[in-house]
Amino acid sequence: MSDLTHQIPERIPIHLVVNGVNHTLDLVPWTTLLDALRDHLALSGTKKGCDHGQCGACTVLVNGRRVNSCLTLAVMKDGAEITTVEGLAKDGALHPVQQAFIDHDAFQCGYCTPGQICSAAGLLAEGRARDADEIRELMSGNLCRCGAYPNIVAAIQQAMGQP
Amino acid sequence: MNAYIGTPTSRVDGRAKVTGAAKYAGEFPAGGLVHGFVVEATIPCGRIATIDASETLKVKGVLDVLTHANRPPLADKDEAWKDEVAPEGSPFRPLYDDKIKFNGQPIALVIAEDWESAKFAATLVRVEYEQQGFATDLEGERSKAAEKDRPHKPRGDAAAALARADVRHEADYVIPTEHHNPMELYATTAIWESDGKLTIYDKTQGVQNVHKFLCTVFDKKPDDIRVVSPYVGGAFGSGLRPQYQVVLATLGALALKRSVRVVLTRQQMYGLGYRPMTIERVGLGAKSDGTLDAVTHEAIAVTSRYEDFARNDTGWAEQLYSSPNSRFSHKLVHLDVSTPCDMRAPGAASGVCALECAMDELSVALKLDPIELRLKCYSDRDQSENLPYTSKQLHECYARGAEAFGWSRRSPAPRSMRDGKELVGWGMATGVWEALQMPVAVRIVLTSNGHAEVSCAASDIGTGTYTIVAQVAADALGLPIENISVRLADSTLPQAPVEGGSWMAASSAHAVLAAAEEVRKELLGLAGKMPGSPLAGAELADTALIDGSIARADDNSRAVTIADAMRHGGVERIEKEKLNQFAEDKKHARNTHSAVFAEVRVDEELGIIRVTRIVSAVAAGRILNTKTGRSQIMGGVVWGIGMALHEETVMDHRFGRIMNANIAEYHIPVNADVHDIDVIFVDEADAHINKLGVKGLGEIGIVGVPASIANAVYHATGKRIRRFPITLDKVLD
Repeated sequence: MSDLTHQIPERIPIHLVVNGVNHTLDLVPWTTLLDALRDHLALSGTKKGCDHGQCGACTVLVNGRRVNSCLTLAVMKDGAEITTVEGLAKDGALHPVQQAFIDHDAFQCGYCTPGQICSAAGLLAEGRARDADEIRELMSGNLCRCGAYPNIVAAIQQAMGQP
Repeated sequence: MNAYIGTPTSRVDGRAKVTGAAKYAGEFPAGGLVHGFVVEATIPCGRIATIDASETLKVKGVLDVLTHANRPPLADKDEAWKDEVAPEGSPFRPLYDDKIKFNGQPIALVIAEDWESAKFAATLVRVEYEQQGFATDLEGERSKAAEKDRPHKPRGDAAAALARADVRHEADYVIPTEHHNPMELYATTAIWESDGKLTIYDKTQGVQNVHKFLCTVFDKKPDDIRVVSPYVGGAFGSGLRPQYQVVLATLGALALKRSVRVVLTRQQMYGLGYRPMTIERVGLGAKSDGTLDAVTHEAIAVTSRYEDFARNDTGWAEQLYSSPNSRFSHKLVHLDVSTPCDMRAPGAASGVCALECAMDELSVALKLDPIELRLKCYSDRDQSENLPYTSKQLHECYARGAEAFGWSRRSPAPRSMRDGKELVGWGMATGVWEALQMPVAVRIVLTSNGHAEVSCAASDIGTGTYTIVAQVAADALGLPIENISVRLADSTLPQAPVEGGSWMAASSAHAVLAAAEEVRKELLGLAGKMPGSPLAGAELADTALIDGSIARADDNSRAVTIADAMRHGGVERIEKEKLNQFAEDKKHARNTHSAVFAEVRVDEELGIIRVTRIVSAVAAGRILNTKTGRSQIMGGVVWGIGMALHEETVMDHRFGRIMNANIAEYHIPVNADVHDIDVIFVDEADAHINKLGVKGLGEIGIVGVPASIANAVYHATGKRIRRFPITLDKVLD
């Protein structure tokens, strides 16, 4: 019995395109996308706040859609294109959401911020949020314990070109 | 010298935080790094009979399992375990012996080559306990409450005055246990350096506190250990004391002579400190004209069996409301739980919540407007010491807040305001906190190219310390803020206490001023010696640093550039370190104040409560940064919404175990819970408190908010709910 219990599963080769860079990784199947990014690719910008899909700190874009990377096994995303907070700025110029977060002081400690920003970038692409109330609702999967919510809403409105 | 102080300067660490470049404690790399996973006790009281890790050790990649039975040496005297903010008692020692003091206590550390293997292997540790009788229920054990202290001395005869009052209100208000839940998981990366020394990246509000603690616990010399914490993903008081994961990571590194990372799970963080549950009993006796004759406030709070944690819950009426008779006491009940710790506005958040709900109840009984009642009792002096304030613009907070909120349009009767299906309620409350300041040292290194590095061991836990230090340094050195680089939170940097109590803004800012004055003194010496110097014979007090030059304060055209002065003196860099101590002032009381106004909308059929508007008018001296300062108050307001409506750590007292130890069932406000928050900083010039007139903002933002919401819920529904949080079941009951 114990032999079975203690067996670590075999590694599986997977391919990910992270922020435009190709990576091939040998991962055990229980490695989450979050841990693959943080521990295997040294991309610690994506944060772990609960590991249970409860806080949104680990939000990344997978093929353009925002997902909780802690609830996603890396092997399920073989071949996927992943964008993390490290991949949003282009040639040193901040993404409009990143700049808006600085302008509106939409963070304090900064720990939920990468997830908020990736989630906001995904929200912009979805084109679903038309006003502040809808932004609040559609950003409610990303907790901010510092309580920067009103500033986060204002930042997203700026990035959306709303008054 | 005021180009930056008082402006809405954006955070200087903003770019690092929005690009993911900012590294937190559990993210620092090391060669050969291995991972520790904590095994916790599943009983609240007793001892470990056996602990069997044989199956765990068979898992591929597992290197060691540390327990009380095989760990490296730890100090055996309480003194070694007492950090700079430890309460009275015998501090908890992780993996010290076989005793279990609380459910969730760490009892083993499984160390493996990778995190997943450590986590899996930890499930195979077999523990047998000898369980003992225990108690975790404050209300069940209320009769065992024993007086800890009297935060303020009694005045007059409060009991007699309460008994004879024209109008009397007396009630219990119950504040539940709450957990900080910073977004970052508690983490330590202990790096084993080639010379056997340790670099400890730790999630903490005080690197030097942790440094001193580790040196005494592990019997190390100061040079053997360095503690670093450049970014802290929220803490709110939970990182004031060294937490157990820093001990475990250090133990692991010493046992294996390798670098070890320990990251707690969200669940495990419920075994750390918390805001203690309190029963707050408040009594108010008034004359029929609305003046107070008696105030009594007794708090009964949870603490552990091994430490006496107590804060000032009850004395705040001494700052706010004049009353000839008063009595305050703080009682503790020792239970089989971990020791509580400071959590945003410790004491005040809970105690003022009760006081301000009671004041609202009194205003209803007196048929007086709640603001009018507070103005009738307004105190110009701190009554406990009978002292005037360095400044107190609370009346202006009431006036400005009421105007911005539209308070004059409030219809006083409960259930008298409605919008469709929703009952509308307007409530208000007062907030108060202390304006504390501590000794802090700062080092400035000015180079002849006009750049300065400013360094200090203080932490920035999201409070904006990096930014205000840069602002004050830029102004004091007469340089653009882009030329200032700030280094913080390294135990080898100049002295700073833990970042807490709202004291770091005033304390660090004045240390920067003091160090900058030393720099200016040296520059004046260099500039004054130049041939034909426009500063020849000038006194230090008559000079200022402006636009990259040292100049006469009364005539900026008589100046020498920093570059010229240093070149002439043959000096490449000027390095000055200065410890700033504030002069003791026993003639004034020092406090910040606020008036908070809340609008709630309550669905009459479903009981759903929405906080649709908050106005917080704050008097806190000079605001160093109006952008980050506003954010701090806003964050405090969001915490107040959580305290009023959401937050509660629920324990099953049959098992002495927390039942909602996660961030989905322990509710904190989400984006959709937070609507309009209007922060007003009332002008409050303060010539007494310190040179800049700064008081600090970290705590005042939450105080008063829960009561303003509770009072608004009463106004909306006619229901007075005295047991927090105010959830819809209580509204419908």
